[in-house]
Amino acid sequence: MNLTEELLIDICRGAAFLGTGGGGDPYIGRQMVRQAMEYGHQVEIIDPNEVPDDALVIPTAMMGAPTVLIEKLPRGDEAICSLKRLEKHLGKKAFATMPIEIGGINSTMPLVVGAYLDLPVVDADGMGRAFPELYQETFAVYGISCTPMAISNEYGDTTLIETHDNFMAEWLARGVTIRMGGAAYIAEYSMTGAEVKRTSIHNTLTLAISIGRCLREAREQHRDPFGALFTLMPQTPYKFITEIYQGKIVDVQRTTSAGFSVGSAQIQGMERFAGLMEITFQNEHLVARVDGDVKAIVPDLICIMDSETAEPITTEALRYGQRVKVLSVSCPPIMRTPEALKSFGPQIFGIEEPFTPIEDLTKQP
Amino acid sequence: MRIGIDVGGTNTDAVIMDGRSIVAHAKRPTTPDVSGGIISVLKTVLREANIPPSEIQAVMIGTTHFTNAVVERKRLLSVGIIRLALPATKCLPPMCDWPHDLSSALGNHSYLVHGGFNFDGRVIAPLDEAAVAAAAKDIKKKGLKTAAITSVFSPVNQDMEERGAEILLQEIPDIEVTLSHQIGRIGFLERENATVMNACLAELAKIVVDSFRTALSELKIEAPFYVSQNDGTLMTSDYVEKYPVLTFASGPTNSMRGAVFLAGLKDAMVVDIGGTTSDIGMLIKGFPRESSVAVDIGGVRTNFRMPDVLAIGLGGGSIIRNEGANVGPDSVGFKLTEEALVFGGQTLTATDIAVAAGLAQIGEPKKVAHLNPKFVNAALDRIHDMIDTAVDRMRTSAEPLPIILVGGGSILISRNIPSASEVTKPDYAPVANAIGAAIAQVGGEVERMFSLDAISRDEALDQAKQEAVSKTIDAGAREETVAVVDIEEVMISYLPGNATRIRVKAAGDLAMS
Repeated sequence: MNLTEELLIDICRGAAFLGTGGGGDPYIGRQMVRQAMEYGHQVEIIDPNEVPDDALVIPTAMMGAPTVLIEKLPRGDEAICSLKRLEKHLGKKAFATMPIEIGGINSTMPLVVGAYLDLPVVDADGMGRAFPELYQETFAVYGISCTPMAISNEYGDTTLIETHDNFMAEWLARGVTIRMGGAAYIAEYSMTGAEVKRTSIHNTLTLAISIGRCLREAREQHRDPFGALFTLMPQTPYKFITEIYQGKIVDVQRTTSAGFSVGSAQIQGMERFAGLMEITFQNEHLVARVDGDVKAIVPDLICIMDSETAEPITTEALRYGQRVKVLSVSCPPIMRTPEALKSFGPQIFGIEEPFTPIEDLTKQP
Repeated sequence: MRIGIDVGGTNTDAVIMDGRSIVAHAKRPTTPDVSGGIISVLKTVLREANIPPSEIQAVMIGTTHFTNAVVERKRLLSVGIIRLALPATKCLPPMCDWPHDLSSALGNHSYLVHGGFNFDGRVIAPLDEAAVAAAAKDIKKKGLKTAAITSVFSPVNQDMEERGAEILLQEIPDIEVTLSHQIGRIGFLERENATVMNACLAELAKIVVDSFRTALSELKIEAPFYVSQNDGTLMTSDYVEKYPVLTFASGPTNSMRGAVFLAGLKDAMVVDIGGTTSDIGMLIKGFPRESSVAVDIGGVRTNFRMPDVLAIGLGGGSIIRNEGANVGPDSVGFKLTEEALVFGGQTLTATDIAVAAGLAQIGEPKKVAHLNPKFVNAALDRIHDMIDTAVDRMRTSAEPLPIILVGGGSILISRNIPSASEVTKPDYAPVANAIGAAIAQVGGEVERMFSLDAISRDEALDQAKQEAVSKTIDAGAREETVAVVDIEEVMISYLPGNATRIRVKAAGDLAMS
């Protein structure tokens, strides 16, 4: 499939939804891809099953705080520097690149790399949404090493990281990212085509397209965009979707801490929702509570959307006074296995409550 | 008593209000010098109300002049755009996502130089002063009168922008300079866009504010005058002279507030048809629906906080071509009374169509008697179709809403609009904007650094809120109407002591004496 501007816009809206508040506003990435297409480059998206088993795939991404990215735009070829450094290290050319994270701007970074290097982009990723840390990948859960990884800044300064495990890779790379100004560009989790097929969440770029298109078409045809989403999601591996709250943002607290955007938003309930919902985030929304009771919890998706237009709102765009609806969506089964929850579950974020699937939370009174 | 004035591209409207009652209202054509139209309309309302100028306590002016200039790409200065950011930001050059006709109207004079800050206050690169000086020389050679300087993370540290301005002013002492940290918040492209737009309006801003002053002093009105900004609050005249961009979208806010006041409907679509453009916005529970995403002005992305309005090129002065098939987007604007057929001119406008169809009595109806009824009908079809499509686009559900029709161009609409449940045209609809300006709120803003080591964040916020509220009351607001309308925090991570910059804005209705 060749990327068009319309598909690009759909991907970005879908990616903002799947970003669950994080991953950064895909607008910057969308402009970077659009600019590349304006220069005459093309982007080809291929199914994971089209990748030969022995071919080398090198995923690429932005790493760091989204609040930094919207202010400090990249030079544009940072991720390309990282991919080339990794090719040099491995002594092999990449057959394709791939997202590590479908949520937010990282759905678009590999598209920029693919455009300028004329590499296809694999329709799959390792997070199925957005997560703050590098080891939170199905790739890692199912045995692929994050390293060797390369990380570059706007000067083309590059660090090559090799570590004994993926936690150390995250730890070192985060430190380098902060030194690089809070946003840096990486190539990592290099793997074979066979490994892509085994460890990735398939067809998430096309899922983002479906979600984006569903919201766009509902709006164009004046159908309720929320209703359209509620019809679409059960047909995907993200089967269960529910509205957990509706109200007005009355407070947003955030800091940039250790390279992450952390904080919380308070939502004053409206309509059938009484009380105050607090949503805690570390780049992405982690847990939604009302009066201390968990209403949705990571790794299930928590999405804050404009209550009228159903536009997904990222944490950095949350503002006092916005009217919002909060949706929760179940993540696919590959992300809910015991070994996956060790990487993605609430405990890794220091949350005391255990993971409870949104399907079960909804049943409680 | 106070006066609300709305200076549109075509007409200048005024109302005199005493509390909630409308004492006098009038509409006169906008003149090229702006002040002529204001003087003429003010004379009329003062005479009608039969009061001396000394009775006037305040004058509130709303103007779409600056927005129109950008939408029509007219009267804009070429801008020297200096970005302090390299090697970062290179992938997206200034104006990269602007409509091409607008960026070329501004001349594409961009200078990317090394500089800018990281979030923690470290430099991305030291400011390349030589490159700024070279840019200044080039700007001088090109004869540009205005410049916009944007540095990465200037809301955290404005030093480089200020130093850049110094270098520029050394080379060209009389150049107008807009610095991005004075205009916008974090969000580089949007802030740079707003900064460039402010810069391109520098000359027009002086002319317009001067003409406001001239008009009021000629009529011996000594009351203070204010200009309304996009969030519906008022700013002082010297402020608007420096920051005209802040008036963007104040027109829609005024007309929507005016419409609520007049129609008493709480959930509706407000269609404000002026002389040059129509603005369509949605009222929910009496308040304009705010845009939660970036707002487009003339096709340019900004991060202003404003009602979500759709502007289309349809107004009373819109030029009709192609046997009624094409309406606008260009307008004869304030030259309506010279150029429209009913006023003896040569240009067929939407107003001529309305007169020919018998919808309004303006000018000399016999001058449009020759128009082919088929042709008139085709133009009316097109006009209703444009409004219908726009209302349809702004709807957020299948449920049709009533339309509140306001603005001088509301005479163009006589039929049902399929996407609306009904069309209401309240009394005084043609001067709703001026009413909105007259009832605009006064704001109070506090921006301060707090050290969160010394006090908790809640205490800091409370303190800032209280200060903003009392500033608003000091500025003349009635205490019981004052509410906090905006809160913003920027962590200043590079300073010790857990420093944060908190900005709180409050607003309330002006107290009536």
